[in-house]
Amino acid sequence: MNQRYLIPLTAVFLLFLIAYAGVEGAGLQVIFGVVFPYVAVAAFLIGFVMKVMGWAASAVPFRIPTTCGQQKSLDWVKQNTIDNPNTAFGVFIRMVLEIFTFRSLFRNTKAAFHRNAANRLSYSWEIFLWLGALAFHYAFLVVLLRHFRFFTSPVPGAIKFLEYIDGIVQIGLPGIFLSGIVLLAAALFLLGRRIFDAKVSYVSQAADYFPLFLIIGIAATGIAMRYFTKVDVVGIKELTMGLATFSPVIPEGVGGLFYAHLFLVSILFAYFPMSKLMHMGGIFLSPTRNMANNTRAVRHENPWNYDVPTHTYEQYEDHFREKMIEAGLPVDKKE
Amino acid sequence: MADELTPDEALDKIDYSPRSASEPSNWMDTTKSVQIRPGMYCYAAKPESVETLGLPNARPWNPIEEDWKLPENWQEILHNGIKERLEKFRTFKIFMDICVRCGACADKCHFFLGTGDPKNMPVLRAELLRSVYRNDFTTAGKILKMIPGGQRIAGARDLTLDVLKEMWYYFFQCTECRRCSVFCPYGIDTAEITIMGRELLNLIGLNIDWIATPVSNCYQTGNHLGIQPHAFKDMLDFFVEDIEDITGVDCTPEYQKKGADILFITPSGDVFADPGTYTCQGYLILFKYLKEKYGLDVTWSTYASEGGNFGFFTSHETMKRLNAKMYNEARRLGVKWILGGECGHMWRVIHQYMDTMNGPADFMQVPVNPITGTRFENAASTKMVHITEFTADLIKHGKLELDKSRNANRIMTFHDSCNPARGMGLLDEPRYVLENVCDNFYEMPPNTIREQTFCCGSGAGLNAGENMELRMAGALPRANALKHVHEKYGVNTLGTICAIDRAALTTLCEYWVPDVEVAGIHELVGNALILPGEKKREEDLRMEPLPGLEEE
Repeated sequence: MNQRYLIPLTAVFLLFLIAYAGVEGAGLQVIFGVVFPYVAVAAFLIGFVMKVMGWAASAVPFRIPTTCGQQKSLDWVKQNTIDNPNTAFGVFIRMVLEIFTFRSLFRNTKAAFHRNAANRLSYSWEIFLWLGALAFHYAFLVVLLRHFRFFTSPVPGAIKFLEYIDGIVQIGLPGIFLSGIVLLAAALFLLGRRIFDAKVSYVSQAADYFPLFLIIGIAATGIAMRYFTKVDVVGIKELTMGLATFSPVIPEGVGGLFYAHLFLVSILFAYFPMSKLMHMGGIFLSPTRNMANNTRAVRHENPWNYDVPTHTYEQYEDHFREKMIEAGLPVDKKE
Repeated sequence: MADELTPDEALDKIDYSPRSASEPSNWMDTTKSVQIRPGMYCYAAKPESVETLGLPNARPWNPIEEDWKLPENWQEILHNGIKERLEKFRTFKIFMDICVRCGACADKCHFFLGTGDPKNMPVLRAELLRSVYRNDFTTAGKILKMIPGGQRIAGARDLTLDVLKEMWYYFFQCTECRRCSVFCPYGIDTAEITIMGRELLNLIGLNIDWIATPVSNCYQTGNHLGIQPHAFKDMLDFFVEDIEDITGVDCTPEYQKKGADILFITPSGDVFADPGTYTCQGYLILFKYLKEKYGLDVTWSTYASEGGNFGFFTSHETMKRLNAKMYNEARRLGVKWILGGECGHMWRVIHQYMDTMNGPADFMQVPVNPITGTRFENAASTKMVHITEFTADLIKHGKLELDKSRNANRIMTFHDSCNPARGMGLLDEPRYVLENVCDNFYEMPPNTIREQTFCCGSGAGLNAGENMELRMAGALPRANALKHVHEKYGVNTLGTICAIDRAALTTLCEYWVPDVEVAGIHELVGNALILPGEKKREEDLRMEPLPGLEEE
């Protein structure tokens, strides 16, 4: 029994049931279809902005990038301009690669120790976390963008094109969107890693399992609606367009499963700013990555730099003058 | 202690699967059972050392006693300390908030790889503090702790005495090497978290003596080792005699010379302890050569006689107070720029902090090598150049006459020191110098060098005697890579550009790879450099016969 993942798992089940029963049993469509989504989006926007502003309000007293390659020094020494940039453009490239390709994670290795005659510590390239993370994030992005079809009328060409690409593998009807499948698979992989990798399991908290279960729940309900229980898409679009145009309506004939899906999404939005999911905003501000390594060339200002007591040369000479004179060391004052 | 634990016994203890079935499922429930164990911790700071700089809560205390004699309001002090630092350091605030515990850093730490202790996984080291942060500083944590069991869901905990002791133990099992930060997808830097953690611990007088006493010495006497001015000169005089015996040339340096071209500052370890002393002799030979050949005027200073800065391991303020000497002395002497010796954390401080803390250094000139005409644009503001940048430039322009054969007995590999590697990016300059002064050079495996280099296990003030088991465990990954090239290529010398390395890696070699010696890069330069008017050399700087001249 492990309460660190049983509690979040139970919580996600409960959330699902609350919404499902609330709609199917108590007829609370307005609460789950209108009130919660608005509150959640507001909480997301306000919380996200406040969090980022909170970070931005903190000072950056020193320029301390982590340098992952050769510095800019002598003209003939080849600099690693991406991993040790000394210009704003270099930093931009480093950040783009970090944000869009998870460059640091790409370096990941796995250490193993072999207790035998050789006693070798070995390091092998560990690509799966990077692959899983990349698949997860891009699938999530595509799924999110695809959902703009529900909030726009007419649907923009770009969204339609994305759907076309996403649905390029056709097996039966309705056409399969790869992104949803990949999202679910990647989330399950990340969850499996958290449970079965002893090191990751050791450090994981409820706050690590909860968003995973939540996203798995969202993906699963979404997939269920699309492929298994046929839902009234026209009715759903009526509801979502109502939300988007600030004239909410509750259509007839949309079942509890949709409201449960929407409620889990609402929870994710509201939970986002107060959770580790804020790494999405934080990565842009991380001082070890977003600063140029040029501190010796260009002075960095510390906004709160203050004077400190130091031991001056005069104090030093006063202390040691006789010994210095005796040893033949130069002094400023002879006595 | 290492002399009680053989390498084989140490290796037997390594296990990277942290949780046993009998242990509590949440690491937070293991805090009470943390044993501060001899061999793994450093002795407490002596009160007189803490008092030298007027740092708070100086008192005698002992980490393995129950009562740490903490100030009554220690929790309040720490709470306010965290609050203040969250506002002053964006790094701290972001790194407290955005870790997703993906575990990429887990097996990157040399202390984890050497001990298997799960609390040495960088993520967990940070979580020690993060759990308190979540409890006291986040909205979610504050709300959740009001409901039963909510604290656990938030991954939060109160700052109790056990929590404090656990933090102290593990923040002094981190060498601030930044290796984990290379792999972190958000660039979370455990060094930064340890720096904050130690700064907080210092607020309630919980420093270790191996840091506090060097800091006190450095403040008063000018260097960590407390070498007084006349003794400092005596030591260099002693080297001068040795060099004269070997080369027949008098390399007497200048001290505190006003109007010299360059002020030279190096860690005092180079003046005091083998094999750093040979590196120091290398500097003396190089400066003599440049004086004779090109008239370059380099001065040393007994006041600014410490390159290193153990203040960096205490607090930002202490770092600034110790570092101030460099610019003060450069200003007083009226030199054009400063040249810095081979040292690790010294260069992190100079490269990323000095100008910001104690600059602007507008009383000096943009460093130009008068011999080659090279302008060190990369040091245009700070006005301090690394000696391997300087020597590499001289060699590139053919300004040094070198006899590589005098190092022919050295089969070299190179250990990148953490701070120049990951806090600066000084990787190819020392290699260039190395390849020009000796013939046999082999790299260690790629996952263990350059930005992925492994710490010596004794950095950030942990190179004491009483924590030898910890040091040798932390040294394992470096030693293991060294052993590999030792066996494969017959490597017999580990080159490095760090004074702590020269001391720590020597101990590492004795313990893990007994046939390998440690040498600074400028020791090899000193051997190879042909001084004007020198006699036929028969010995190297260690007074061992040069290759080819060994007696049969």
